[in-house]
Amino acid sequence: MKRTIEAVWRIESVRLIAGIAHLTRDVGLAEDLAQEALVAALEQWPESGVPENPGAWLMATAKHRAIDRLRRAEVHQRKTEELARDAELRSPPGDEELAAAADDPFDDDLLRLIFTACHPVLSTDARVALTLRLLCGLTTREIAPAYLTTESAVAQRIVRAKRTLSATCVPFAVPEHRELHERLASVLEVIYLIFNEGYSASAGERPIRPELMEEALRLGRILAELLPREAEVHGLVALMELQASRTRARSSPSGDQVLLLDQDRSRWDWLLVGRGLAALERAYATGGAVGPYTLQAGIAACHARARTAEDTDWERLVAIYDGLAQLMPSPVVELNRAVAVGMAHSPHAALEIVNRLREEPALDSYHLLPSVRGDLLDKLGRFDEARAEFERAALLTANSRQQAALLERAAACAARR
Amino acid sequence: MRVMVLIKATEQSEAGEMPSQELLEQMTDFNEDLVRAGVMLAGDGLHPSSKGVRVEFSGRERKVIDGPFAETKELLAGYWLWQVKSLDEAIEWTKRIPNPTGEHGVVEIRPVFEADDFGEEFTPELREREAQLRAQAETSA
Repeated sequence: MKRTIEAVWRIESVRLIAGIAHLTRDVGLAEDLAQEALVAALEQWPESGVPENPGAWLMATAKHRAIDRLRRAEVHQRKTEELARDAELRSPPGDEELAAAADDPFDDDLLRLIFTACHPVLSTDARVALTLRLLCGLTTREIAPAYLTTESAVAQRIVRAKRTLSATCVPFAVPEHRELHERLASVLEVIYLIFNEGYSASAGERPIRPELMEEALRLGRILAELLPREAEVHGLVALMELQASRTRARSSPSGDQVLLLDQDRSRWDWLLVGRGLAALERAYATGGAVGPYTLQAGIAACHARARTAEDTDWERLVAIYDGLAQLMPSPVVELNRAVAVGMAHSPHAALEIVNRLREEPALDSYHLLPSVRGDLLDKLGRFDEARAEFERAALLTANSRQQAALLERAAACAARR
Repeated sequence: MRVMVLIKATEQSEAGEMPSQELLEQMTDFNEDLVRAGVMLAGDGLHPSSKGVRVEFSGRERKVIDGPFAETKELLAGYWLWQVKSLDEAIEWTKRIPNPTGEHGVVEIRPVFEADDFGEEFTPELREREAQLRAQAETSA
């Protein structure tokens, strides 16, 4: 029974919190009340059985409590009446009421909830924690290990975030036109952070935390339904689907990372590839401005469309990297652009870009810079310099397999000179 | 996790009876709920087995057998592929599949193999590949 209730919670919690926040205009309070309804279910359902419409039961129970709470707090009489009318509640809940609770249009409330949980007034950590709690329905016990912290630290973070939201009077609202894009950027950032937390390999840890990737993908897919005209939402979904499609191929049995061009493409998840390409089409079909997520998805799509690494359309990649470098200039983007230029045009042109990057402090200890430079020098027949670069790169990487491969290349250069 | 949700055939589905307007509407709503919850990955209905074929394998022989097939209860009428957190979540969603006429039906939920389900031995060739690891700056691999 407990597992059934947890599953119902999984499906209903967001709906529930959004619906209650509609009444209370306070997401922190709404979440508390939703939790109270969950506790009531845990107490009552084992005896009464699961109601026919468990979502409506939870909603009605939480709304009752919301009104009790507001009454007890002696909120202004008029407001209470308004709320009572709004919720159309008499006790005990009748069938009609349950049906009404089930049919509440909640898309707007869900959007409000998303924008509130990802409000820029909160620190990034707080936004992420609140999103996992309010929008993914995860418990502190589930959130803590993902961020290598304790349950109580997560609980603290969530309590503080809720307090900040009410103290700064963040309205429970979807931002207006002008503000929308800025605020949407914050939402997309949080979703992508959660995805990357699941996706990127961190030293000593289990490299991929699929639960977080799945939560982020799910949130992205939900958001794409809510804001179908926003290009970047589809762009982010496309990017996540395409990156997730490579999960199986990107680590070796020993847990080391396998670089994209070395991956066995038959192990990509072609269902996700298809979904990613379709989402990218939708991003372009909106006709909206192409942003960094859509461009990055475009890059991922270029690779996804190539049956083998040799088939990669490098010219197209150069074009997209050019766009990305303008929109989101960064040394890492520049380094990737250099690789594409090297493949599409000439190692000479690529080497010029890479040489400029040697002054970048951000890339100081980044093993891919000397590794790329070594590769280009090797192609240009400058074997001595290439060897030195591969050796330097080997010193900078913590991945033992990469290290061995780089030293092997260094040795090959030494042999060829 | 991913689950495949298999809708077993009924006498009606095997007879090629199209679903009622009411069922179609409710199914559309249900599918929409699945999409909006980020659960739906794929799904389709299947023609009755009279339009299908089987290919039977035996040694080197391949025998093609035309439908319909007899054992109705073992046949499929449709499927979904869902992304869920647990089998319990899949069960909860399955309980919500509309069934306006109240007729008897069976839906089977089968978890899909994940990468983790295959042991260390799954890709020995990857070790080989890694030995040739080239230094391409595809950091976003």
